[in-house]
Amino acid sequence: MAYALQQLINGLTLGSMYGLIAIGYTMVYGIIGMINFAHGDIFMVSAFIAVTAFTLLAAADVTSIPLALTFVLIVSIFFTSAYGWAVERIAYRPLRGSTRLAPLISAIGMSIFLQNTVQLTQGARVKPIPPVIEGGFEVWSTPDFTVQIGWSQLMIIAVTVVMMVAFTWLITQTPFGRQQRSCEQDRTMASLLGINVDRTISFTFMLGASLAAVAGVMVTVYYGVIDFYIGFLAGIKAFTAAVLGGIGSLPGAMLGGLLIGLIESFWSAYLWAEYKDVATFAILCLVLMLRPSGLLGRPEVEKV
Amino acid sequence: MSTVVFARHQITAAERFRDAGWVAFVALILGIPLIGLTTVDGGGALEVSTRFGTLAIFVVVAFAGRLGLRWMIDTMGARKLERQRATSGKSAGISPVKVVNILGWIALGASIALPIMYSDNRYVVDTATTVLIYVMLGWGLNVVVGLAGLLDLGYVAFYAVGAYSYALLSTQYGWGFWEALPVSGGLAATFGILLGYPILRLRGDYLAIVTLGFGEIIRIILVNWTEFSNGPNGISSIPRPSLFGLDFTRSPAEGEQTFASFFGIEYSPMHRLIFLYYLILVLALLTHAFVSRLRKLPIGRAWEALREDEIACQAMGMNTTNIKLSAFAIGAMLGGFAGMFFAARQGFISPESFTFTESAIILAIVVLGGMGSQMGVVLAATLLVLIPEFGRNFSEYRMLLFGAAMVLIMVWKPSGLLSHREPTLRLSTGSAASKDAVKETAQ
Repeated sequence: MAYALQQLINGLTLGSMYGLIAIGYTMVYGIIGMINFAHGDIFMVSAFIAVTAFTLLAAADVTSIPLALTFVLIVSIFFTSAYGWAVERIAYRPLRGSTRLAPLISAIGMSIFLQNTVQLTQGARVKPIPPVIEGGFEVWSTPDFTVQIGWSQLMIIAVTVVMMVAFTWLITQTPFGRQQRSCEQDRTMASLLGINVDRTISFTFMLGASLAAVAGVMVTVYYGVIDFYIGFLAGIKAFTAAVLGGIGSLPGAMLGGLLIGLIESFWSAYLWAEYKDVATFAILCLVLMLRPSGLLGRPEVEKV
Repeated sequence: MSTVVFARHQITAAERFRDAGWVAFVALILGIPLIGLTTVDGGGALEVSTRFGTLAIFVVVAFAGRLGLRWMIDTMGARKLERQRATSGKSAGISPVKVVNILGWIALGASIALPIMYSDNRYVVDTATTVLIYVMLGWGLNVVVGLAGLLDLGYVAFYAVGAYSYALLSTQYGWGFWEALPVSGGLAATFGILLGYPILRLRGDYLAIVTLGFGEIIRIILVNWTEFSNGPNGISSIPRPSLFGLDFTRSPAEGEQTFASFFGIEYSPMHRLIFLYYLILVLALLTHAFVSRLRKLPIGRAWEALREDEIACQAMGMNTTNIKLSAFAIGAMLGGFAGMFFAARQGFISPESFTFTESAIILAIVVLGGMGSQMGVVLAATLLVLIPEFGRNFSEYRMLLFGAAMVLIMVWKPSGLLSHREPTLRLSTGSAASKDAVKETAQ
């Protein structure tokens, strides 16, 4: 029981991170109807920026953890959203209005490009940083097992909740959110009504990238090691989460992320850890077969 | 009433510089975290080291590159506009389909002559064999993506199934290449149906992500199921194919003859390479003949109809499930053949060769070539194999160049390099105008 509770906590932590990345997929999919294949790599870039920033802070002898975290988050969000913007500008905007597959291919090319850029400029070896947040507290103690919540886990879950609330507010309450939703509905009509569609799409990519940046910082804090290959797996897991929850839906992405995180942590705890990715994909297939538009997605309307 | 004046906005030098300056600024922001700064091992902990010189070069290159590129695009665009105005209404002399056909025959001739011309150059023949493997894979995936319009990101799974079934059959049960060929193809096709059956209700990106997941599942199983596949170590000493029982070894086994001794020529390791080259050439040509035959049959037309409009197909009473399944199965079978040849050629396979990147490369070949275009696949495969090969001199930049090339080619020609295709239906009589009317372009 205690063991299961611990898995629940670990799963929620993992799921929060997947959820954060998944929101980026969902937002981009909502507005242009395409997978941003380079999103996982943007997340990876943000983790590298976070490592550099943490190392800089360590060299400058900054000991206050909240200060350090805020600084790293701001730096990472700034640079990562520039990457998100650049990906849209280079790989998507010139291809707007062409076949569906063309931007997909250019995004895959972008993903390969980013991965190799990082590998060449930052090295292929894993980057360890000293633990930023240590310790935690005991929730429950039985004779043979102690359930612990790390401070970093608590922080990740808290940050995710804050981000989720902020983004829901942004999409539903602000002028930008209104523009974004109108572009989702009908891009031509929105542009006729004076909305700068290009700028809205760019901004959506930047927002998605900043969420990936937050996730990248969290991963760096939580695991303490990163390498240039983490983007691929995190990317497909997060995309799986987005599809599972119903792509295009913000709460769906979060729910999907949490489900994937929980499934993964329970599967590796009780069954075979090496097959945890198989479980993720198998469950994805099952859900899609039974509910093709995802758990919280709107059913697709076929236009004839 | 105002008259329409065809005038183009003349871009001033100041505007060009402002544009390039903006690009340089973005390059600076993008460059700072990855190029300008890096973390290096400094005795236990990481240390930040700076490379501002490299960053400065990068920004200057971005500035100059943007200036040059912009200028090129503008002048080329202006020329194209003028040409269009001068020749408006008239079409270019000879039809693109004809050009592609001629190109095809030239390519065929060149590929037959290639090992003869380069019979002492191991590297060229090897590279050409790799190109042909990708051509074959591209033609296989073309059935699924190009013709039936089903986005498959896990094609490498069938490639893996073909490769592993030959590797296991030959090393465990001593099967030969030719006996295993139909079995490997059949197994791959079975996997195609197994995957296809439950998920064909899905479409577009959902289908893409599920096929991607399937490809990964196969790879993870191959890595982890050590008793079955020997795990990450892979399977080695896979027997090479023989020419009607004639091996390509230096000295013949007891009571058997080798290729060299049978023909009474001196042994050379090149014989096997050339034989393998012709083998994949024949396999690829058979694939081509098979697929272009299929396209003229009802099944091929059903695929293309499905790609264009699924709902109309259903309304016409076509069984879309079976049509999709047949496309999946045939595409998978061709992938299985290619995988089997790959295993036989390398003599060693491991799950490393069947990653998602490989799927992405094959898909890129199909889409770059122009979906559904057979010649386009050849062109794209050649290009995508050769780009990394040319980059071999600065080998660590190979994949970087590859990624950049994928983006650039897509941006330059979004509908693929050869988007004109031979129409499957043509009016039997009629003027050139009506021929033009039925000419279809790949979309």
